[in-house]
Amino acid sequence: MPAVAEAAVLAAGLEKRYGPRAVLRDISFRLDAGGVLLVTGPNGAGKTTLLRMVAGLAVPTRGSLHVAVDRRDVGYVAHEPLVYLELTAVENLDLFGRLYRVDERRERIGMLLERFGLWDVRHERVSAYSRGMTQRLALCRALLHDPALVVLDEPHSALDDEGAALLDDELAARVAGAGGTLVLATHDPGGVTALATSRLELERA
Amino acid sequence: MTAYFGDVAALARKDLRLEVRARDTLPAMALFVVATLVVFHFALPATASGDAAYGLLWVAIVFTALLGLGRAWAPDGEAGALDGLVLATADRSAIWLGKALATLAFLAVAEVVALPAFALFFAPLDGPAVAGVVLASVGICAVGSLVSAMAAAARGREVMLPLLFLPLAIPLVVGGVGSSVSSDPGTFLAFLGLYDAVFAILSWAAFEYVVTE
Repeated sequence: MPAVAEAAVLAAGLEKRYGPRAVLRDISFRLDAGGVLLVTGPNGAGKTTLLRMVAGLAVPTRGSLHVAVDRRDVGYVAHEPLVYLELTAVENLDLFGRLYRVDERRERIGMLLERFGLWDVRHERVSAYSRGMTQRLALCRALLHDPALVVLDEPHSALDDEGAALLDDELAARVAGAGGTLVLATHDPGGVTALATSRLELERA
Repeated sequence: MTAYFGDVAALARKDLRLEVRARDTLPAMALFVVATLVVFHFALPATASGDAAYGLLWVAIVFTALLGLGRAWAPDGEAGALDGLVLATADRSAIWLGKALATLAFLAVAEVVALPAFALFFAPLDGPAVAGVVLASVGICAVGSLVSAMAAAARGREVMLPLLFLPLAIPLVVGGVGSSVSSDPGTFLAFLGLYDAVFAILSWAAFEYVVTE
């Protein structure tokens, strides 16, 4: 009997409403562990809402959404960086590392800051960063605890070519090496989208 | 349990650090409470009962707390940091408890300024009155941190916070004034302690639902 891959994310008849307005309607999909789901669609189609539900920040109004991993084993890159602007990069990552109970936190933080090119500005407040540097820090925060499921909402936005290439390399390594699972919404046609094992096209509800 | 309180301590420390850098809540609270007591000092007729001054002290404390609560979640909302905390904490109530403790620290500093000012302008506070201030402050911060999180997520947050908070603060004012002027302050202190316990448990249990869409 062939082995059946465990579903990392399984959605059935998903609907999300804010008041009377339906943002998502009747969305169903399955993403196997180790797979990459590319979510596409026009502005206002509900991509961000869907990703927030997968990340555990929102609950569906109707339907079911099963995420196999613990909610703290999800790394989420949102439109906003989800960090404190008046803390430094090190202070932010130290706080989130404590909350995620990251082993050898200092080493992990140092490694990520080096990799994403923020080491030299690690003691500067995030409010002094450019938009691209803040996005790099957001990626460090999302990957800090080495999550099994990474949810990325337009992760290339504000990144320069070098930053985008770093991100693509990091995600490709996660998929190839550790069998990481990705859910990705992007308008960027190149790079990481080539990794997609399945696609979900959303339309305005 | 140790890990939970470790999270709470880290979150409260973060709020204190942010306030030390920004200095946009504590100075405002301290100035507001002193300014309010000065205004009351000149507004209260000389013939007014001494008990009336205690009522004014509580008006000053509640509105000073409201000022602090209005800013409490501002740094968390600026770049979506609260979502980051919601994702990272093992028990989301730790976010509420950390915020309540940080807010309590700010309110305590404002009261350290306010109580000597009150003694200077009106009358010194006795032990039960100070105990009433301490107990009421715990209740203010417990329930205030919850409702200010609700207000921060709502449209018209400046209006929502007083609408949600002030009705819930009325029992605290009753208990606080009672502990200051009553011949039996123990009853009012016990009432404040009960309020603190009930509303701390309710806020602790409800916070998860406040931060999830």
